[in-house]
Amino acid sequence: MPGALQVNCIEPDGQRVRVQISDGWSLMQGARAQGVQGIDAECGGACSCATGHCYVAADWLARLPPPAVNATQMLLNVAAERRAGSRLGCQIRITAELDGLVVEFPERQV
Amino acid sequence: MAGPFVIVGAGQAGVQIAESLRQEKYAGPITLIGAEAHAPYNRPPLSKRFLLDRPELASLAIRGPEALQRRQIDLQLHTQVTAIDRQAHQVVLANGGRVSYGGLALTTGARLKTLPLPGAELAGVFGLRTIDDALNIGAALDHCLSAAAPLVVIGGGFIGLEIAATACKLGIEVTVLEGLSRLMSRVVAPIVSEAVARVHAAHGVGLLFDVKIAALEGRLGAVSAVRTAAGQLYPAGCVVVGVGVNPDDSLASAAGLECERGIIVDECARTSDPLIVAAGDCTARRRTDGSLLRLESVQNAVEQGKSAAAALLGRQRPFTAAPWFWSDQYDLKLQMVGLSQGYDEIVTRGNLEQPAFSAYYLRAGKLIAVDSLSRIADHMNARKLLDRGMTPTAAQIADEAFDLGSLLRA
Repeated sequence: MPGALQVNCIEPDGQRVRVQISDGWSLMQGARAQGVQGIDAECGGACSCATGHCYVAADWLARLPPPAVNATQMLLNVAAERRAGSRLGCQIRITAELDGLVVEFPERQV
Repeated sequence: MAGPFVIVGAGQAGVQIAESLRQEKYAGPITLIGAEAHAPYNRPPLSKRFLLDRPELASLAIRGPEALQRRQIDLQLHTQVTAIDRQAHQVVLANGGRVSYGGLALTTGARLKTLPLPGAELAGVFGLRTIDDALNIGAALDHCLSAAAPLVVIGGGFIGLEIAATACKLGIEVTVLEGLSRLMSRVVAPIVSEAVARVHAAHGVGLLFDVKIAALEGRLGAVSAVRTAAGQLYPAGCVVVGVGVNPDDSLASAAGLECERGIIVDECARTSDPLIVAAGDCTARRRTDGSLLRLESVQNAVEQGKSAAAALLGRQRPFTAAPWFWSDQYDLKLQMVGLSQGYDEIVTRGNLEQPAFSAYYLRAGKLIAVDSLSRIADHMNARKLLDRGMTPTAAQIADEAFDLGSLLRA
């Protein structure tokens, strides 16, 4: 895949899956299309459904822009535990700075 | 029941069933049959981001073909199923082939309602259901833009309004013609309809209500205007018809399964045939009180899909959570949870003018639904309040300083 960047996904059962995501796609689009487990569905990256909860590894958090207020609110009452690295995968745009990103997906979404 | 499992319909619900079967450790054959030529894709962006940004088709994938292959899900695209042979436990394909099943899942979705009007067959008249529809609408919007021709949307429901908002963002003049007296009247209260109407009006979209359409007029085979029964003429570079869908229960009903505006399923997605389950837009769910519930939503496809997969494996996983939906129009985020039909009281929270408020629907003092306009926290709290059968007091709802989420933690 041209322009593809590497993202390391940790599935709910602990399995690590390395996926290639095109520059500019959302983490959600890339991980979901490649069959990463732990993602239910997607609202089309509109931050409307809260089914894309994931945990960004601590050492990568600083490279992400802070989550928008909308995304923070969508994570209210999600099924899985909220952590410092909790984000919505549809709101993380994969760019060269995030090549190698490590992200974990919870057992349950909503 | 035992495999092999065959799933007819490769949309959100069909893919969910296939994936859930694998998650539940079923290792036997799974065949996922789709009528369209495209690999399974997300429909929600088609009326919004897809028309605005025209992203590559692969970015819409629910699961890419390779991902399905890795899980040994046999995806057969561009394949029409013409019948179910319940005696032989086979589905019949348009090419005459047959596929045997131990258990069958029907996820056949819904079909667009069309207008029985003169001119409905003209070029430039579209409905939106598939990627191909969206590609056609995208090309037509480009034409509207370059020819400075207006878009006329028939139907002030979710799809129509989303397309209206998208076209307006693209810089196209838009008129929405609604047959009833307000927007989204089947689903939301007047207070919500009015707030959404104000947002569209503020963006310059023309909204007309109680409009009876007489005909679509054409020139050289292409639509050029919409004529109303009152004799008014609305010029149109293209027309999008968004008047809803009918569940596609044709295969099921021809095979003698119990259907009533949808394939009737129980809360575990089981049909009247013990070897057949169904999920998503094609179903009508029989609730414990006997009434039938039809939902057209991603949540319903996913949750019924999980139930259907469990049922195929002989397990019970009822789907009873409060239904939720969303619609994005401009910067307005409309999120709905619960079913508001039959409400006798509405309490609002937030700013009605902005609009950034939620409407809490109560029946006999009990919370039954919440519609939120750009009030995400209200929506997320409401999902849980409804699932737990909790009702805040009217004073708590109206008081923005009161954290409704605190009730969930009490």
